[in-house]
Amino acid sequence: MTESTMKAPKKALRPVKWMRENLFSGWFNTALTLAVAYLLVTSVGPLLNWFFLDANFVGSDASDCTGAGACWLFISQRLNFFIYGFYPDELQWRVDTMFLLLAVAFVPQFVERFPGRKWLGLFGIFGLPVVGYFLIPGGTFGLEEVQSSKWGGLMLTLILAYIGIIASLPIGILLALGRRSDMPIIRGICVVFIEVWRAVPLITVLFMASVMLPLFLPEGVNFEKLARALIGITLWQSAYMAEVIRGGLQAIPRGQYEAADALGLGYWRKMGLVILPQALKMVIPGIVNTFISLFKDTTLVLIIGLFDILGTVQSTVTDPAWQNVAIEGYVFVAFCFWVFCFGISRYSQNLERKLDTGHKT
Amino acid sequence: MGNSMTDQTLTSETQTPPKDQSDKKPGIIRVEGMHKWYGDFHVLKDLNLTVDQGERIVICGPSGSGKSTFIRCINRLEEHQQGKIIVDDVELTDDVRQIDTVRREVGMVFQHFNLFPHLTVLENCCLSPIWVRKTPRKEAEASAMEYLERVKIPDQANKFPGQLSGGQQQRVAIARALCMKPKIMLFDEPTSALDPEMIKEVLDVMIELAGSGMTMMCVTHEMGFAKTVADRVIFMDGGEIVEQAPPHEFFTNPQEARTQKFLQQILAH
Repeated sequence: MTESTMKAPKKALRPVKWMRENLFSGWFNTALTLAVAYLLVTSVGPLLNWFFLDANFVGSDASDCTGAGACWLFISQRLNFFIYGFYPDELQWRVDTMFLLLAVAFVPQFVERFPGRKWLGLFGIFGLPVVGYFLIPGGTFGLEEVQSSKWGGLMLTLILAYIGIIASLPIGILLALGRRSDMPIIRGICVVFIEVWRAVPLITVLFMASVMLPLFLPEGVNFEKLARALIGITLWQSAYMAEVIRGGLQAIPRGQYEAADALGLGYWRKMGLVILPQALKMVIPGIVNTFISLFKDTTLVLIIGLFDILGTVQSTVTDPAWQNVAIEGYVFVAFCFWVFCFGISRYSQNLERKLDTGHKT
Repeated sequence: MGNSMTDQTLTSETQTPPKDQSDKKPGIIRVEGMHKWYGDFHVLKDLNLTVDQGERIVICGPSGSGKSTFIRCINRLEEHQQGKIIVDDVELTDDVRQIDTVRREVGMVFQHFNLFPHLTVLENCCLSPIWVRKTPRKEAEASAMEYLERVKIPDQANKFPGQLSGGQQQRVAIARALCMKPKIMLFDEPTSALDPEMIKEVLDVMIELAGSGMTMMCVTHEMGFAKTVADRVIFMDGGEIVEQAPPHEFFTNPQEARTQKFLQQILAH
């Protein structure tokens, strides 16, 4: 590196110059700019009014919604149902504990220098499902049992998505490795599994899981509907995940495999230490894409009679006690989904940046 | 590589390492009647070669002559279909355990370095000692630092491969192979992907290594290197070993017409 006294010229930020160059650089651009400005002015005002200025925030029932704007009372009054479904009020602390643990495990992941961040993350992935397995249904350790038919709302959505995501990644990795295996039987099994599950719509999978699966099971064996849905979602999702990961495996140059072989690492260490860390890093955008779409697809459980957040809202907007609150309800659902999906997306970008070692052999 | 005989490699000749004559194990690599096909294409034809411990072999030949394929058969990166390859008394067969046994004792350096880009230089070097040899991390790191010093880049230990120049990366690759304390080192055109000014730094490391008594097999176009360190030069063409001789004889008095033609071509310009 040579010592240099010359500095790169600074890019000056001059608003007027910038606008002239970018917004008004010709009659066509000027017309576009003005048209867009007009649209913004005419639409933002009414939206603001509906969302905030004319909206109703205080009160206790529908009669308090007197303003012309949104009736947010509907959300705040029924929030308990939207979050917990029919989970008994006096036991909701158990769900709250899970929400808290979820936040404790994952919020620090956004803070670069949080002490013990890695351990919290590992707890989130491995510990949380175990805790939830005992805490939410109860029935052990002196906890009162709550049937899964009473679960609902946001809590159910998160359970479905969380289990689906956490379980499908390792299964997907194994399927992807299997599909690229030299052993014909293993490869065949993986190809058939992936192609069958991937070719079936999730709705069909859920129907099969809830209606047809019990017909095939031996007498006396019976899973709960939720467990069946979870298994269906997980297997369906792992088929997708496998193909995303296979894309990453194929992008790793042959030299990496050969170097690992030449060091005598053996198959599993080669994959675990050399190939997968690079392949997974490469396909983070694809993996996250699949996670997000799964998160939203969980709403389909509505058709087998499980009430996730969309289900609870949908069943409430028809409540005669409240009138014309459908928009508020759906906006609320959309917002909840957006918060979680955006969080996942931000975290993945964080991760990509952190893992980037600036070398793409 | 066009200018395979650079001035730099010639100047290295002054540093001829002392040839070790102590009684070493004969036939640490034995190749007997080995054939290999890619589909119907007969790449390697009836190769026979015995390399003694401490011997330094340079393999040269025109491109497509099978020299890289040959060297890659010795740690089973390529499979041979007929004949025998015995490395350090272990025969290479389909048995995965035997293959891994051989690979642990045979270090390999590739044309394109093949460092692991997601690991630092030090982690690259420690990976296999820790996971395969079960060396404690501290010990493995200390040993890796020694080798990095030997290839003259201890100060880069915590960088990622992507931050190093080609020559530095290749030296790390050599250190990484040495960290397994191999009995044999294979080099597959180690300088062919390097810019001319970086070739010398890699060759210097290889010359130093040759001086330490390491058994080496090296596919290269660096004829200066061959003259300096090789005990034997092997010329391959069309998948056959055409001629083998000590470097002085090989360069001054080649017997076969194909060898003479090859030498004329690479030394003419």
